Amino acid sequence: MIDVDPSLVGWSRAQFAFTAMYHWIFVPLTLGLSFLCAFFETIYLKTGDEEWKKITRFWMTLFGINFAIGVATGIILEFEFGTNWSNYSWMVGDIFGAPLAIEGMFAFFLEASFFAVMFFGWDRVSKGFHCFSTWMVAIGSNLSAVWILVANGWMQNPVGMVFNPDTARFEMQNFMEVVFNPVAVSKFTHTSTSGFAFASAFVLAISCWYLLKNKHVEMAKKSIVVASVFGLLASVFVGFTGDEAAFEVAQKQPVKLAAMEGLYKGERGAGLVAFGIINDTKIPGDIQDPFLFQVKIPGLLSLLANRDFGSFVPGIDDLVYGNENENIMGVNAMMERGKLAVSDLKIFKDAKKIKDDVTAEAALVRFNVNKEFLGYGYLETPEEAVPPVNIVFNSFHLMVMMGSILPVIFGAFLLFSFKGVLTEKRWLLPAGLASVLMAFLAEQAGWVTAEVGRQPWAIQGLMPVKIATTNLTVTAVQVTFAMFAVLFAILLIAEISIMLKAIATGPEGH
Amino acid sequence: MISNLDYVTLQQLWWIICSLVGAIFLFLTFVQGGQTLLWQVAKNDLESSLVVNSLGRKWELPFTTLVLFGGALFASFPKFYSTSFGGAYWVWILILFTFIIQAVSYEYRKKPGNVWGAKTYEAFMFINGSVGVLLIGAAVGTFYTGSAFSLNVMNNVSWQYVLGDVNLRGLEAAFSLFNLSLGLFLVFNSRVLGALYLLNNIDLSSFEEFESRLRKAVKTNFICSLPFLLYVVVAILLRKGFGVDEHGVVSMVSFKYFFNLLAMPHLLLLLLAGIGLVVWGVQLGAVKGSNKGIWPAGLGTVCVGLCVLCLPAFNGTAFYPSSFDLQSSLTIYNASSTEYTLRVMTYVALFVPVLVSYIAYLWKQMDSKKLSTEEALDHEAY
Repeated sequence: MIDVDPSLVGWSRAQFAFTAMYHWIFVPLTLGLSFLCAFFETIYLKTGDEEWKKITRFWMTLFGINFAIGVATGIILEFEFGTNWSNYSWMVGDIFGAPLAIEGMFAFFLEASFFAVMFFGWDRVSKGFHCFSTWMVAIGSNLSAVWILVANGWMQNPVGMVFNPDTARFEMQNFMEVVFNPVAVSKFTHTSTSGFAFASAFVLAISCWYLLKNKHVEMAKKSIVVASVFGLLASVFVGFTGDEAAFEVAQKQPVKLAAMEGLYKGERGAGLVAFGIINDTKIPGDIQDPFLFQVKIPGLLSLLANRDFGSFVPGIDDLVYGNENENIMGVNAMMERGKLAVSDLKIFKDAKKIKDDVTAEAALVRFNVNKEFLGYGYLETPEEAVPPVNIVFNSFHLMVMMGSILPVIFGAFLLFSFKGVLTEKRWLLPAGLASVLMAFLAEQAGWVTAEVGRQPWAIQGLMPVKIATTNLTVTAVQVTFAMFAVLFAILLIAEISIMLKAIATGPEGH
Repeated sequence: MISNLDYVTLQQLWWIICSLVGAIFLFLTFVQGGQTLLWQVAKNDLESSLVVNSLGRKWELPFTTLVLFGGALFASFPKFYSTSFGGAYWVWILILFTFIIQAVSYEYRKKPGNVWGAKTYEAFMFINGSVGVLLIGAAVGTFYTGSAFSLNVMNNVSWQYVLGDVNLRGLEAAFSLFNLSLGLFLVFNSRVLGALYLLNNIDLSSFEEFESRLRKAVKTNFICSLPFLLYVVVAILLRKGFGVDEHGVVSMVSFKYFFNLLAMPHLLLLLLAGIGLVVWGVQLGAVKGSNKGIWPAGLGTVCVGLCVLCLPAFNGTAFYPSSFDLQSSLTIYNASSTEYTLRVMTYVALFVPVLVSYIAYLWKQMDSKKLSTEEALDHEAY
């Protein structure tokens, strides 16, 4: 089949996951905090109240500390596509590279240029232009998210392209289809608004800490109002966009949805697992119960997946081994056709090389019949098409659980703020403190669900991760993994220490 | 108009665009050059603060331009991106590390609670300015010297340079005198630009000694760069190049780059004009006592960079040659994206003038007043 060291794939995967998750600690804060700074500054511009300027500059300082490390860790991912996933880069560079280049052109320069004005332009430009610059940084940051999620969305749902057998690569056919890919749209709306909720929780948590310590009380109360409004709107919207994202997953990546719900046997009127403990020993095709314990809400999964309470939701066994009654082709059948596609592609390439046009033409005709199953031709077993169910199920449910609590917390803070009794409700303040941890867990768990859930695919159904890697030694990747681990530890210690010091100092001097 | 461009024109256009972005990056390495000057020209905390804060208002520009350079190459020449980044693994990983540590250094250096101390972040800046720029120069040098790789029928790269039992994955680029010389030239040139930028950006009215150290740095670094520049130019003119015939067959051709210059006199003009502009900038900064030397020297660097990146790509030349298997060499025609992608990207590139305009406007807004001592000592300063 293909000669790839599985441990190389594992280490390359681990390195990318590690660097992406580390990057994602800082990015959602940047996405949301930039807008919060813009809100604070706009209020200052409208009211002329110096207290709001002080508030703006304080949160801007924390934004800056976070922004720097977000930028530093962002460049890693672009490099890694080339260094560790060079086969992927070559095969999809036409499609995947374009959003990255556009991101650099439109988003990064907007952020980078206006960032200097935002931080050092207070006495160099007018108040209005300064506020405009802060908005531009916020828009630039979020534009960056648009383009990277267009790229990611394409990997989850490859559209607007065609496979070219001459070059053995995927080539873009319709740019607009790539940009307006429904998976990319739902990913962007879901991801960016979750970042807004995270940043709001960050502001809320620090403000609650001040209230608990009776420090900077006025600033904390004002910050809580703005953060609660933004956080409530964002976290409610996250719920709606999450529903849309899950619907897209059900349509485009049904195995991922089945793993998210631990659903092995498909059913009509499928229930949504509200809480469950996965049976670790369960494997596809066996007769074990997938859960040690579970609480289900009847019909809800069918509604989520197909907008229909009574509809059929396929389980892992249906998708892997097929289900004739529901007209579902199993992975084993797809693998057979995929292997034919791989074999015919090789015959085509070899014939082309020796200029045997007759053989090449015949191979191409056969290849075209099976080309949509090309990726399945690289799988060794049907079960390889199933992502790690335990990780995907638990991360999905952790995300939903944490995400569901946030609107309640934001709502409570907003209510008591408007009633003017927030400082009297000290029992609520620890919940505000905890909200940032909940939002952080939801953020990380969300990406684990999305990315682990689509394994083994680098490009859904077309290219398994194992053929996307660079031909490196395992030692080389292990060494770079260790280098990243050490560097990240050093930077994280510094980041946390500086952040804590800045929070402890508060807005004094701003 | 764009819809009328043929595939070959689009491929050439995109190499020129990528080269221009790369050349602008070389100009913006004044930030990196300035970082390496910190311990040399700043003799006390105040002077250090002035240097760091002056550079700190621009540090994101080279960083972002490097990311754009990578993204543009990924989109327009994906085979180069996959072959070079995947093949010369260690060179790119080391370059990456030098830029990661730079990105946090400005923000963290003076912040209370920074744990590792200001000197650590200053060392990070020095490493980025020296090792980072040197390795980028060595990587560009391989456009002329070639790399030991081969591509199979599916275009998967295999790196072939082995020392003992260790595959160096690109580190061998540093063993070439040519690559090293190009890297060192870029390091010294970035230091010249750095000193010229600091002269232009900081209010030096009450820092006579500091100013004279900066002017001296312009002169000494320019003199240091000359032997490397001379060697690089002579070596380019004399060395064999990787020629590609009309059937796409690659072979070694004597004096290839010399003949390329003759065949493309506009590149020769760019090179000569570029060197002349850099000399003019140095003269303004080191001899005439002017603070405007950064502009001609910066423009000159862009011209030289554009020539260095375009010379090995046009007139039937392989821009990313393989010294191990000549026929695996990459040309702008066999390494590019499809016509459709290049056309879409060309439409997108129409917005570049807007981007350049607002960057120039903001630069002017922010630099209309020189950086003062008060600003450098502000509690929010770097």
